[in-house]
Amino acid sequence: MKTTHIILIAAIAVAIGIIIVSAGDASTYVTFDQAYELASDGKDKKIHVVGTLKRNEFGDIVGIKPTADKISFTFIMVDESGKEQTVFYNNPVPPDFARSENIVVIGSYQEELFIADNILMKCPSKYQEDEIQAGVN
Amino acid sequence: MVNTFIGNLGHLFVVLTFVSSIVAAFSYFKATQHIGPAESEWKKNGRFAFFLHVFSVFGIIFCLYFIISNHLFEYHYAWSHSSLKLPREYLISCFWEGQEGSFLLWLFWHAVLGLILIFTNRYWEAPVMTVFALVQAFLASMILGIVIPWINLKLGSSPFILLRDAMDAPIFKEQPDFVPEDGTGLNPLLQNYWMVIHPPTLFLGFAASLVPFAYAMAGLWKKKYKDWIRPALPWMIFGTAILGLGILMGGYWAYETLNFGGYWNWDPVENAVYVPWLIMVAAIHTMITYKNSGSALKTSIILVIASFILILYSTFLTRSGILGDASVHSFTDLGLSGQLLIYLMFFTIGGITLAAARWSAIPTTSKEISTYSREFWIFIGATTLCLGGFQVLVPTSYPVINSIAGLFGAELSLATPADQIGFYSKFQLWFGVGVALLSGTGQYFWWKKMDRKSLVKELTTPFILTLLITTIILASGTITKFSYIALFTAGLYTIIANGLILIKMLRKNPKLSGGAIAHIGIGMILIGILFSSGYNKVVSLNRSGILISADQPTEFNNENLLLFINQPKEMAEYQLQYKGEFVEPRFKKGFVNKNDILKTRDPYTVIAKKDVVFEDRVIFKERDTFEIFPENTYYKIAYTNAKGKTFSLYPRAQVNPQMGGLLASPDINRRWDRDLYTHVSSIRSPEEPHEWSEIKEFPIGLKERFFLNDYIAVVDSIIRVPVVDGVALNENDVAVKARIKIYGEDQEYIAEPIFIIKDGKVARLPDEINNLGLRVYLLHIDPNTETFTIGANTRQKDWVVLKAMEKPLINVLWIGTLVLMAGFTLAIYRRYDEFVKMRNKNQE
Repeated sequence: MKTTHIILIAAIAVAIGIIIVSAGDASTYVTFDQAYELASDGKDKKIHVVGTLKRNEFGDIVGIKPTADKISFTFIMVDESGKEQTVFYNNPVPPDFARSENIVVIGSYQEELFIADNILMKCPSKYQEDEIQAGVN
Repeated sequence: MVNTFIGNLGHLFVVLTFVSSIVAAFSYFKATQHIGPAESEWKKNGRFAFFLHVFSVFGIIFCLYFIISNHLFEYHYAWSHSSLKLPREYLISCFWEGQEGSFLLWLFWHAVLGLILIFTNRYWEAPVMTVFALVQAFLASMILGIVIPWINLKLGSSPFILLRDAMDAPIFKEQPDFVPEDGTGLNPLLQNYWMVIHPPTLFLGFAASLVPFAYAMAGLWKKKYKDWIRPALPWMIFGTAILGLGILMGGYWAYETLNFGGYWNWDPVENAVYVPWLIMVAAIHTMITYKNSGSALKTSIILVIASFILILYSTFLTRSGILGDASVHSFTDLGLSGQLLIYLMFFTIGGITLAAARWSAIPTTSKEISTYSREFWIFIGATTLCLGGFQVLVPTSYPVINSIAGLFGAELSLATPADQIGFYSKFQLWFGVGVALLSGTGQYFWWKKMDRKSLVKELTTPFILTLLITTIILASGTITKFSYIALFTAGLYTIIANGLILIKMLRKNPKLSGGAIAHIGIGMILIGILFSSGYNKVVSLNRSGILISADQPTEFNNENLLLFINQPKEMAEYQLQYKGEFVEPRFKKGFVNKNDILKTRDPYTVIAKKDVVFEDRVIFKERDTFEIFPENTYYKIAYTNAKGKTFSLYPRAQVNPQMGGLLASPDINRRWDRDLYTHVSSIRSPEEPHEWSEIKEFPIGLKERFFLNDYIAVVDSIIRVPVVDGVALNENDVAVKARIKIYGEDQEYIAEPIFIIKDGKVARLPDEINNLGLRVYLLHIDPNTETFTIGANTRQKDWVVLKAMEKPLINVLWIGTLVLMAGFTLAIYRRYDEFVKMRNKNQE
């Protein structure tokens, strides 16, 4: 057996190891109920939940509450199955937060509260202008 | 009037670009397949077609530049990427802000590189240019913008589309010739010199990776399995150097302006170019090994093909929209995913098929490699680099894996790990250790025949030196984490080992020192990353621990700090004070307090209310009219350190509805050993109205002192003004302005409320002093008693929330980058020289 072959076999073994470990570290997209179950089973893995901000009957966003010092806030998010959940985020309210169409929270449950480590927002017309301002003539 | 001529001309050039590249590819293909007179005839045709191709690429660029620089807003490209007020130097960057333009940039570099290859090659011209012209045909098809009627398929997206064709706006139904007065502009965040130099550098790197691929294809095709390496090698080094420079420039740009928090975030778009770069580095090493010893030829072929395919794959990832929410900077989907996929598949399948067909014919060495040979160490090094790339590639491809699984009916919902940076760093750190150790040791094998005895002898000095320095550093207690100690030691080892080699080399033959210099650069980059990222310290950290609410037991340390205007706060070893909102003048250096200027109807033009002082120098006199950049607001933060030294930082925020609200850019206090990085993380939304208190009235006389919200104030003068901005005055109308001085904590402010009698009706224009949270009115004037009434209401004072970080030794990273580039440059020079010498001997 040539040395190169040994190196190759070792490299393939490492590659397989990488795939397994990466898959183990990979997060998944779940609903709040599934996330809650995971947390109650004692699994503290961070997961992704996709949803929208809660709106009242007039279509206005409700439930965004910054703390007095403005450096963290809670909000109410509705996931894809329709479940409402209060989410805490230990950062100031992102400026375009209320404009977001969709949000993804990455984090986990602690007791009854969902703690987001990170929030991804999908905002309309990001990077793209799709309307002409009226009145420019 | 809509100028359709230039767009049609441009479009004609696009079609010509596409057609000529196909003709060139065909002719060069024929030339490669024939010998004798037919070959030179076909070659002539190929050259002609390629020259025509290059000409038409320049034609497209000319037309697009003409449209942008003449502000022809009837064209979608000019309207959506440029504006009248855009500074000249950024007109060029409008080019590549759009996706069509970035394809054009890529086409341009290939065209230039193709020309260079035609003029520097003899034997290789025809087969290499066949591959080049084919690639150009694919790229040109991306901007073709032609609908094939009978299958209703849109091929490419043209940059010469008229606004009325691109938009479904109702105005075009009434007025088909409507031309907007101004464009929507280049995103202000991108108005930065990096936007001028970063994309061209990156795309030159992409383009250069085609050259070795084309040579490899040519070598396999013409069964010249070995000879392609020599001409391809300088290009491989060049491509790697430029792509590496482009990547690092992107990192620096992200750090300095885009406020991604750091220079590298393991975002899918960043990963997509990092992986091919690693493979290119590995390819350089195996190619050099082949040149010196005849082994690793097959590996080189695989790596060269892989690096080009990975470049195409990265293009597919970033432009097909498949990354979706996974990335902060994916382009918008132009509906080119199908075309991009065909482009990727064509060269993947083509490259692999050709290599497979010739595989058994590729010569190999039967010689066993010894553990004491440099081939062995290079091979291990290349394997480490490839595995490092593989580790990044797999999670980055999760969205692709999910989609492929979806095609087979399986539902996968893999997401990248919650903590991306932590996840990738955990692995890449150890690959970094491996690379550093190997590049330190490998260099000794490189220059000498080694056996156990001489190895021990050679490695003793760097070993002892490294251990000595590491011990001293460890004793000082700076580094405690095991993995960090490993990376530090490995990085230091490669610097010392390569440094010792460099010293020897400089005495003997400085031309050969490129490798040693480049490896020193790598060591410095690793150490710079280790300290600046691993020991990145949040200085605005609030360690008191906050309870979210009474029934939540979890405590949080918050990394942000709330600052009210002019109220000092302590943070780590600094005292901070927020000093208000500033703007930047257009044609002068410095910052201007928003309270010191009067706005006019044109947002770009303002008038100084008083002398404007910046850093003890008057930059504008009272009543001066000057231009500003209205998109940017700078928040002045005054720092005082423990020794009483003061400095100010001006982090920036931009109200930018296009990009989603508000964008922050940091300001950095740079010292030799660390950067203090400050950015605004939240401000009051400018759209949200203030809550004002009830108005308070002050009946007073001229020069009489009174208290406005606890500040001493005095009416300095009261004058009649002939014109009021925004109000048309008749001869019977009167406008009077009061000039009120208010003595704030830190400076004197001027408020100029106006009282107007127009058509017998009274109007009052208040003036607002943001820094004091005050709005001042001139309510009444009593001409008989020469007294008047000033009204004022107050609001909550202005505030910002900011975050500050310290990044130690970040300069080692930047200097390391420059050292790496210097090493690459030397190596390119040396390898190109070798190629030219051989070519001139008519060997190639």
